Amino acid sequence: MSNYKLSHLQELEAESIHIIREVAAEFENPVMLYSIGKDSSVMVRLAEKAFAPGKVPFPLMHIDSKWKFREMIEFRDRYAKEHGWNLIVESNEEAFRAGVGPFTHGSKVHTDLMKTQALLAALDKHKFDAAFGGARRDEEKSRAKERIFSFRDKFHQWDPKNQRPELWDIYNARVHKGESIRVFPLSNWTELDIWQYIRLENIPIVPLYYAKERPIVEIDGNLIMADDDRLPEQYRDKIQMRMVRFRTLGCWPLTGAVESSADTIEKIVEEMMTTTKSERTTRVIDFDQEASMEQKKREGYF
Amino acid sequence: METTNLNIKEFLDRDEQKDLLRFLTAGSVDDGKSTLIGRLLFDSKKIYEDQLDALERDSKRVGNAGEHIDYALLLDGLKAEREQGITIDVAYRYFSTNNRKFIIADTPGHEQYTRNMITGGSTANAAVILVDARTGVITQTRRHTYLISLLGIKHLVLAVNKMDLVDFDENVFNKIVSDFNAFVADLNIPDVYCIPLSALEGDNVVAKSPRTPWYSGKCLLDYLETVPIDLDRNYDDFRYPVQYVLRPNLDFRGFCGKVASGVVRRGDEVMALPSRKTSHVKSIVTYEGEIEEAFPPMCVTITLEDEIDISRGEMIVKPDNLPTESRNFEAMLVWMDEEPMDVSKQFFIKQTTNTTRARIDNIKYRVDVNTMERSNVELLKLNEIGRVVFTTGKELFFDPYHTNKQTGAFILIDPITNNTSAVGMIIGKVDAGELVGDDAIATIDLSALGIDESHRPAIEKVCEQLKRQGLTIKIK
Repeated sequence: MSNYKLSHLQELEAESIHIIREVAAEFENPVMLYSIGKDSSVMVRLAEKAFAPGKVPFPLMHIDSKWKFREMIEFRDRYAKEHGWNLIVESNEEAFRAGVGPFTHGSKVHTDLMKTQALLAALDKHKFDAAFGGARRDEEKSRAKERIFSFRDKFHQWDPKNQRPELWDIYNARVHKGESIRVFPLSNWTELDIWQYIRLENIPIVPLYYAKERPIVEIDGNLIMADDDRLPEQYRDKIQMRMVRFRTLGCWPLTGAVESSADTIEKIVEEMMTTTKSERTTRVIDFDQEASMEQKKREGYF
Repeated sequence: METTNLNIKEFLDRDEQKDLLRFLTAGSVDDGKSTLIGRLLFDSKKIYEDQLDALERDSKRVGNAGEHIDYALLLDGLKAEREQGITIDVAYRYFSTNNRKFIIADTPGHEQYTRNMITGGSTANAAVILVDARTGVITQTRRHTYLISLLGIKHLVLAVNKMDLVDFDENVFNKIVSDFNAFVADLNIPDVYCIPLSALEGDNVVAKSPRTPWYSGKCLLDYLETVPIDLDRNYDDFRYPVQYVLRPNLDFRGFCGKVASGVVRRGDEVMALPSRKTSHVKSIVTYEGEIEEAFPPMCVTITLEDEIDISRGEMIVKPDNLPTESRNFEAMLVWMDEEPMDVSKQFFIKQTTNTTRARIDNIKYRVDVNTMERSNVELLKLNEIGRVVFTTGKELFFDPYHTNKQTGAFILIDPITNNTSAVGMIIGKVDAGELVGDDAIATIDLSALGIDESHRPAIEKVCEQLKRQGLTIKIK
């Protein structure tokens, strides 16, 4: 009997594939949100697995804040092309033309306009009734309580006190017109599970996760990489080449690097096991206020 | 450099082999449940330093634990509940040891939150119920234990907490254990384990405590690391609810699904329900290629030797081992909606991948979760549990929940609000005598309605379409 045993990763993989197929079967117009990060990379692979040998029956969508690392965009386009994905890219063009950016408007305004508002507008524009996200429950406290099928009202808002009961693996996919479900197939994965899976499955990830000498400037204690010429004048002569890597990827002015020499997955995991900071500390936006992630989620951010 | 790499590789290779245990914790606000979980996480060194920094900051402002770090603050994530000082929903926590990975579903103990405990417990392999050593088995302990037996959780730990406050007195512990055993005997939980501990001071949590020399059993973490769970699944009755039909090209027609129970091998004879057409398994396909056999909870794609039309919601089984096929069944139902049950509503029922309409025929009784007493009621309200008879729009393929959780579980969805109003665990088919009259199928009586017989084929055609959508109508 004990031959019939799955490892935790096989069990998590099966759970995720089941969730992804359930969405494809029950919704009219689902989309997979793609952040180009390591979690997204795993989620995308799981979707490819769920429908093999067929093609994934929904598109990928990236919300481009126009401030992503260049290497992310290159990786995105190459991956989507090589794996035959239908890739949608949406941005808040109006705000971009008006010059919105983290250096001029601060992280809060930038994130709201270029990420949250851009996402909501894109979801409305394409009339998606379900959107996959790569969030994990172990990332952050308010996410620990979120359902796998997370209901959003017409305004894309999350109501943490009024979530639908979610039992076994039976997901309630029913929504009225205009309402939608955010789906988190990686809910039960931990950061270590993600790295372990990337290693075992040889999943390609953006090279920024690996340590390399990069042009770094220190801004408010964060190690910011000068990724393009929009870095304000006052920082330009402070750029130093430093051996760093990124634990999470977002907008380059808002994503701090960590000093590291980890240039393989094994070394990254080793660093993670001995490190004392959890991964979101390098995200500037989480520290705006207490419970700030919960606030953003209520407003429609992932 | 080389050696470190090797070590981490070894670590990863070992980590890859670990299995997964999901467990539920239940107890009231004062039982120290969050403290216990905090300690499991803390002592298994999974709380990162910066989270601890935030905790120390938060404890000083709103903490309830005096001198000690308030572990509960780590767990009670949401703003609203932080202000109330209680956990209001299920929160999931993750940690791992050398032998296993763990997912904790942390659920509250208040009566009004029964639905959250049911939610947290539905996927649990094991449950940890906390009692305060000073008060022992109380009404709430009985309620939690009953819910655990209702959910079919096979391993139960009674954690007798706050032993430090009763001087680690063996007699106090023994009294609680015997009270509990007397109560749990009727509840059909195969594995019950009682542990004396102090969450606050760490006794018998992750290591045996020298302060309970009279206790010869395992500490909590040791129990959780070693309790065998791979035999808890049903490997006998093959059930494969079809989730998605994959047709990438004209030569490939695959049925995607998760093996709900039982084992299937290439070449096995299988039967599709409800058509009862049989065929043989041609291949079991995964992204990695074809495999010889599949077992729960694997997600695969099955192709058959013969071209049989099977849609989502239908089921592939083996011809010598069939589930019950019926439109009538009874179940234990837990009402989860703020709005009380409206027996005249046609709910949606979702069981495996099958969705149809369901009507409530009859509430046989309501169970008082505190006393286990049964009473007759007209309807169920939030957090109430009852034995209910249903009629569904089309046939369901099911097994009793206690022999097969996967095919015995369902949810009821309100057709107007789309809320998950209730969840149920099927007991079995109903005896014909208990049904409400003419099977309660809607009937169109042509002659009574003055409709000419010539319209019959057209009406039949419409009814046929409605049936596929889950609504059965009889024509007379």
